[in-house]
Amino acid sequence: MLAASYANHRNRILMLRKFAKAELNRLLAHLRSLGFTVLGPKLEDEAIVYGQVDSLADLPRGYSDSQQPGKYRVSQAEHQFYFEFNLGPHSWKQFLFPPRVSLSTAQLDATGWTFETPHQPAPKLAFLGVRACELAAIAVQDRVFLHGPYVDPIYQARREAVLIIAVNCTVAAATCFCTSMLTGPKCQAGFDLALTELDDCFVAEVGSQRGAEILEAITTESATPPEIEQAKVREQGAVEQIQKSMDTTNIRNVLLDNLEHPHWDTVAERCLSCTNCTMVCPTCFCSSVSEVADLSGEHVQRIRQWDSCFNLDFSYTASGTVRNDRRSRFRQWLTHKLASWHDQFDSSGCVGCGRCITWCPVGIDLTEEVAALREPPISNRRLPVIEPPPTICHLPRSPVDPHAAISAEETQ
Amino acid sequence: MSHKPRLAVFKFASCDGCQLQLLSCEDELLSLAESVEIVHFIEASSHVEAGPYDIALVEGSITTAHDRQRIQVVREQSQTLVTIGACATAGGIQALKNWGDRADYVRSVYAQPEYIQTLATSTAIADHVRVDFELRGCPINRFQLLEVLQALVAGRKPRTPTHSVCLDCKRRGTVCIAIARDAACLGPITQAGCGAICPDFQRGCYGCFGPSAQPNCDSLADWYVQDRTTHVQLVPLLRNFNADAEAFKATGDRIDPHSEPGTV
Repeated sequence: MLAASYANHRNRILMLRKFAKAELNRLLAHLRSLGFTVLGPKLEDEAIVYGQVDSLADLPRGYSDSQQPGKYRVSQAEHQFYFEFNLGPHSWKQFLFPPRVSLSTAQLDATGWTFETPHQPAPKLAFLGVRACELAAIAVQDRVFLHGPYVDPIYQARREAVLIIAVNCTVAAATCFCTSMLTGPKCQAGFDLALTELDDCFVAEVGSQRGAEILEAITTESATPPEIEQAKVREQGAVEQIQKSMDTTNIRNVLLDNLEHPHWDTVAERCLSCTNCTMVCPTCFCSSVSEVADLSGEHVQRIRQWDSCFNLDFSYTASGTVRNDRRSRFRQWLTHKLASWHDQFDSSGCVGCGRCITWCPVGIDLTEEVAALREPPISNRRLPVIEPPPTICHLPRSPVDPHAAISAEETQ
Repeated sequence: MSHKPRLAVFKFASCDGCQLQLLSCEDELLSLAESVEIVHFIEASSHVEAGPYDIALVEGSITTAHDRQRIQVVREQSQTLVTIGACATAGGIQALKNWGDRADYVRSVYAQPEYIQTLATSTAIADHVRVDFELRGCPINRFQLLEVLQALVAGRKPRTPTHSVCLDCKRRGTVCIAIARDAACLGPITQAGCGAICPDFQRGCYGCFGPSAQPNCDSLADWYVQDRTTHVQLVPLLRNFNADAEAFKATGDRIDPHSEPGTV
């Protein structure tokens, strides 16, 4: 009935259901019975990462995190919520765009070379706990891998198979700035279900036919007006906690007009070019492809791996390395992410998740770098024009030539 | 090469761990033997043939006057000279003597120091002869060694990445221990090759594979000293298996107020 109702009314009514927290266990069991592997937040190695979640007991209940440039801590808190934390080092990118895949193989035998493209069926994955900025990041990668002239078949198969249960943030980390990038913290689109966690229940917004269908497997009721109000208050809590911001006004031109800004040198002095920002970024999509043969040279695999514009080898061409210092590599990353991404994909490459800030080993904060790049370069800064002070002396000008007077003194 | 390339392995001041990696290529040894002829490998066989050699793998650093001459002979006899391991590429752990008093060390360690003839320093092979390729690591990664040999036989450039350990941590999904645990991890300035093993066991990177390409050691060291550790702890971390690697040495010396690197 819920599914039929969604099909009939999805454009007209907002479907808000509520269910008891224990029902989430039944929902997970139902997803498993449909053949899904559920992936969600788990506490591992002192961080909240994404891994297989079979029941509520696997979730980091009662934990919260604190983040700042170059620092991440997770600890037990004074609450019993399942989703009262922000993003950890992992993003969903690893499941849709895996770090290492075999693209093709080649075998040599007596008859010659045989080329094969391994056809691995995409795993049927359900993502639990996807935040608004991560939905935006998936949408960005959709544009990169699906909506251009070259569709990536590996991404496409995985993306089509995935089911998304989003969760609205109710807290914000000190590194979050989704409100600047207009991506959150409220989940707007791109989910099958979006949950808001209240004290004793989840309020669920249905975002797709499939979302409505899976919700039918568990006991739900219409959310009451006070519950809807409480959900709004909790969601507003995240908005109010966001301290960081990035001024995106005309950002494309500001960056591209300042390619020789001296601040690039300043940030290059700090930047390690270690690739961490690009690896944790949920939209960075660079990879390198290499052919790997065994000793005989008769068995070859074409391997695609995550790579980074921060690597010296990444811009190596027949004529040498294009970006041969940290300054040019940091500039490439930031200007691509925030400026030329607009030209290439008609959106920003940044969703404001703040991972690159937290997971930079030396705490480089791109929002501060952008602010610094907006400042006029000190060396070229035009000094303000100082008007001569108004004349306040009304005495008649001296009739005596001062030079003549000095000469007269000298001659004495 | 029309014939099977003749491969020789030479040892200088070292622990033998890197040449052992060649023997550890158990599954690949037979196919390796089809690609190259191993004619001088004392650790594996007492049958040794005289040069010249097509490929020489050189392990160890130069610490004696005798070795300083011997490496010249190896160079003359070898078409392609590949140094393997931290000793051969950066002087190894024994390069710590470069910061100390050689005579004092010899007196403390040996009952009859007059029998000991060593140089004041431990230095990389490339400080003495032209080296065609350096394979890093303490010890080297045997898969990288196979890659280098395969590349040399095929006449192409070996594919050994020069990026940081961090990239490998991220590819395998390891949570960054520098960020989540305040570990003084050298991963961001260290070349990959080990497979990012230590951080996965919650230990900071020791820098076994030496500096990564264009490393910013000063920035990382300044951040660590201001945030989580002291010069006293960080200097020995930089002066480790790759103590004499230029980038690690420069930063270690800069932040060590007592640093007096020895002179040759």
